Formats: sequence, C-alpha cells, structure tokens
Amino acid sequence: MKKDIVLKINGEEREVTVESRQTLLDVLRNHLGLTGTKEGCGNGNCGTCTVLIDGKAVSSCLIFAVETEGHEILTIEGLAQPGKIHPVQKAFIEEGAIQCGFCSPGMILTAKAFLDTNPHPTEAEARQAIAGNLCRCTGYDKIVRAILKVGAKTL
Amino acid sequence: MQNFEYFAPRSLPEALALLENTGQKVKILAGGTDLIAQLHAGRAQPAIIIDIKNIPELNRLGWDADKSLHIGAAVPISTVVDFPYFQQRFGMLHQGCSLIGSTRVRNRATIGGNVCNAAPSADSAPALLCLGTKAFVANSRGTRVVPMLDIFRGPGKTSLAANELLVELEIPAPPAHSAGCYLRHTPREEMDIAVVGVAAFLVLAPHSKTCQEARIALGAVAPTPIRVPTTEALLAGNSLNKELITQVAEKTAEAASPISDIRSSAEYRRELVRVLTRRALKAACVSLDIQIESGD
Ligand SMILES: Cc1cc2nc3c(=O)[nH]c(=O)nc-3n(C[C@H](O)[C@H](O)[C@H](O)COP(=O)(O)OP(=O)(O)OC[C@H]3O[C@@H](n4cnc5c(N)ncnc54)[C@H](O)[C@@H]3O)c2cc1C
Ligand code: FES
Ligand code: FES
Repeated sequence: MKKDIVLKINGEEREVTVESRQTLLDVLRNHLGLTGTKEGCGNGNCGTCTVLIDGKAVSSCLIFAVETEGHEILTIEGLAQPGKIHPVQKAFIEEGAIQCGFCSPGMILTAKAFLDTNPHPTEAEARQAIAGNLCRCTGYDKIVRAILKVGAKTL
Repeated sequence: MQNFEYFAPRSLPEALALLENTGQKVKILAGGTDLIAQLHAGRAQPAIIIDIKNIPELNRLGWDADKSLHIGAAVPISTVVDFPYFQQRFGMLHQGCSLIGSTRVRNRATIGGNVCNAAPSADSAPALLCLGTKAFVANSRGTRVVPMLDIFRGPGKTSLAANELLVELEIPAPPAHSAGCYLRHTPREEMDIAVVGVAAFLVLAPHSKTCQEARIALGAVAPTPIRVPTTEALLAGNSLNKELITQVAEKTAEAASPISDIRSSAEYRRELVRVLTRRALKAACVSLDIQIESGD
C-alpha cells in the first residue's frame, strides 16, 4: 500500500513514496530530512509539530501525508528568505523568546499565521492565538512580547 | 498504526459506491482530529479510509433563501465560524464551535466530525440540538433527513449505518425574538474537554417578556447530548424572571444523569448543570433585552 505522491513544500515540489498511514510529520522528518518540525505529544495537543497548509496552522501529527497532495505546505525551514530571517523570527530572537527551542518552530509558524490575519493584535488575542502551543521554558511572556513587537512594528 | 488503503473520492456518488462495497472495515476521514488520534492509540483499526475533503457536495457552505444555513460535512470549523452572519444568527453555535480545541484543531476539524464522533461532551452538539438542526444522511440509494437528536445513540455511537455518510447539516433560521447561549465548564480555559456543557435557547412572544418556547440541551451528563423537555415546559408560556430561572436551573440539574469519572464527580456535574443553566438562561435574557436581577 505504498503510494508515490508529490508534495509542495516550501515552494518546491518533492516526490516521496509513502504508506497511507504515515503522518505528514513523519514524512517531513524521516523522508525529507526537514527536522525543524518537532514531535511532542503526537495527538494534537502540544503544537510542536505545527506547519502551515495553505497559510493555516495545523498539527502535522494529525494529518496523513497523502491528504496534503495539491496543497502548499510551509515548514519552519521555508520561512526565512535567503539572507533574511522573517520578522517573527527576528522578534523571537530579540525578545529572548527561545530557550531550549523545542517549541519555537511551532510557536513561530503559529504566530506568523496569526499575524497574517490579525496584524495588530491585543495581548489577549496574542495569548489566545498560542493557547494550543505548549512551552516548558519561557513562561510565555517573552513569546507574547515578541508577537506584539511584530504587530507594533508594522503599524 | 496498522496500514490501510486510502481513497479520496472526488464526487458523492463515487464515495457512496465505495462505502457500499467496503462494508464494516471502513472509516470516514473528515478533519481527522478525532480519528487520527484514535488510530494512533490503536482504538480504531480500519482496513480502508475514505477521505471526504475533496467531495464538492460536502464542501458546501451557504444560506438558503429562507435563511437556513447548510454546512457541508467537510467544511472546517474555522471557515464556519468566520462565515458572514454566522455569529449574528447562531450566536450559541458560534460559542460552541469556537471552544473546540485550538486554532490548529479548528482549521481541520469539522462540525460533522464532532457530531459523528458522538462524544457526550461534543461542544457543538447542545447548540445544534437547540437550533433544530437536521442532518442529511446518504447512502448509494438515496438521502434521508434525520433530526439531530436521532443521530446520537451512545458514547461514540450514531444511528448512521455502515454504508451511510453525513452529507450536510441544515440549521433553520432562528425565529424572531429569540436568543441562545452555550456555556461549558473546563478546568483550563483552552484545550480541554467539557466537564459539563449547557445550551439554553429562548423564544419570546412578540412585544413581551413572556417565553413562548424554550429549549435546553446538555452535554457530558448522559451517554449522549440530551434535550431537557421537562424544564423547557416550565419556561414556555411564563414570564421570565429570577425565580423562574432559579427553579428551571434546579429542575434541569435534577433531570441530568451524570456519571463520576476522571474529570468530575457526578455530584459536581449536577451542581455545574444548575449553575450553568442559570447563567445561560440569564445570558439569553440579556440578549433579548430582559434584565434579570443578578446573583452569580
Ligand atoms: C487537541 C484537541 C482538542 C480538542 N478539543 C475539543 C473540544 O474542546 N471540544 C470538542 O467537542 N472536541 C474537541 N476535540 C475533538 C475533535 O477535534 C472534534 O470532535 C472535531 O469536531 C472532529 O471533527 P473531524 O472533522 O476532525 O472528525 P474526524 O476525526 O475526521 O472524524 C470523527 C469521527 O466521525 C466520523 N465521521 C466524520 N465525518 C463523517 C461523515 N461525514 N459521515 C459519517 N461519519 C463521519 C469519522 O469516521 C470518525 O469516526 C479536540 C481534539 C483535539 C485533537
Ligand atoms: S506533536 Fe502534534 S500537536 Fe503535539
Ligand atoms: S523554549 Fe523550550 S519549550 Fe519553549
């Protein structure tokens, strides 16, 4: 029950042979070497496996790779432009919003998708937006500050 | 996870023919936020999975001329809650749907999946019950229309046969002078499963404070989401005030049949039903411009 599929990841078409039961998370990490996407809980709760599909944040642990053919997938590896990191990444660095870094790819992509639809959020909205992403290090305040900083800069 | 054969049909007849020919070992995949977690845990082991997301008929989302809303079974919850006029017309369902998981969950999860997964705690269910929702259920021979209440059979069980598929939900336009509210209790504000959920819906007689019709539905206090006709009847025909609401809240708590489990004792659930029913009824009154003396 192997299947050849073409996935559009970070603007590039990638051919992979997968089993139907393989999650997008599994295929990204173990077939495509895109290990920026992390596995925490494996059941939709922690947010470390967050990727964007057609611009929307989703849990790659709860999606089969075969479901994503024909859609645009963005992982943390595709966020920076050559020589230029994304404003959300820059703000995370400046605000010290990264400690061990395990939650950061998911946090940053969640923040990016959120800011794309709500460019100037309130603090409450920013906290709500990352409610599904767990961080065991920062205590969240620095992450919230980083998100608000991007919002304030683009005003 | 056991491997399975994956199909992503591109039309409804194709999907229904597949279902007809595959029998018991098939599972339907909508957003996958329940199903894939169950597969990871080994709680479901289908030989075949039918992904319904590419079926145009199931991606319909729109208002009819009579202002009823049709929600296709493949439409993600985040699309529904952002749909123009959805929040204004169906405030209580908007509240229920917005509580489901996180943004990430709602970007995949469907209301159809919430219903078909048939968790007693499903957050969309109490509001769907109050709003008089109808389910369009199809097999390869035709479509039947099922009132929401007849869909739920028990924890994880629906009345859909193995060859049947939920196509869409139809929610009729709420009557004039009506308002509703859904409240749930969870230990955490986000990403938690309802210990109790209460939906209350009131219809006023024109130009009065008299309740013409009331609907109350509860989640997580019985094997399925339930309506509470006995206390709905206490409200109908009566003037809305603090005493009546207090009485209805108490009787609703008595009508619930909660169990004790890891999330709560039965006693605590019953008390939550009382408190949340009172608050939901008061909130509905406020939306109808009826001020009820405050308690808690
Ligand atoms: C982190 C997390 C948090 C969550 N929080 C909540 C919450 O707060 N409240 C809540 O109520 N739920 C919650 N859920 C559960 C879940 O997200 C919802 O029940 C969701 O609505 C399921 O929809 P889905 O499209 O993902 O269903 P799926 O997982 O695709 O399907 C669920 C079940 O329904 C069947 N099914 C789906 N569509 C059809 C159809 N058209 N016809 C027939 N059968 C069908 C499937 O075969 C399966 O058995 C949470 C889940 C996760 C992972
Ligand atoms: S690994 Fe996917 S949400 Fe935790
Ligand atoms: S920085 Fe360590 S989990 Fe967030």
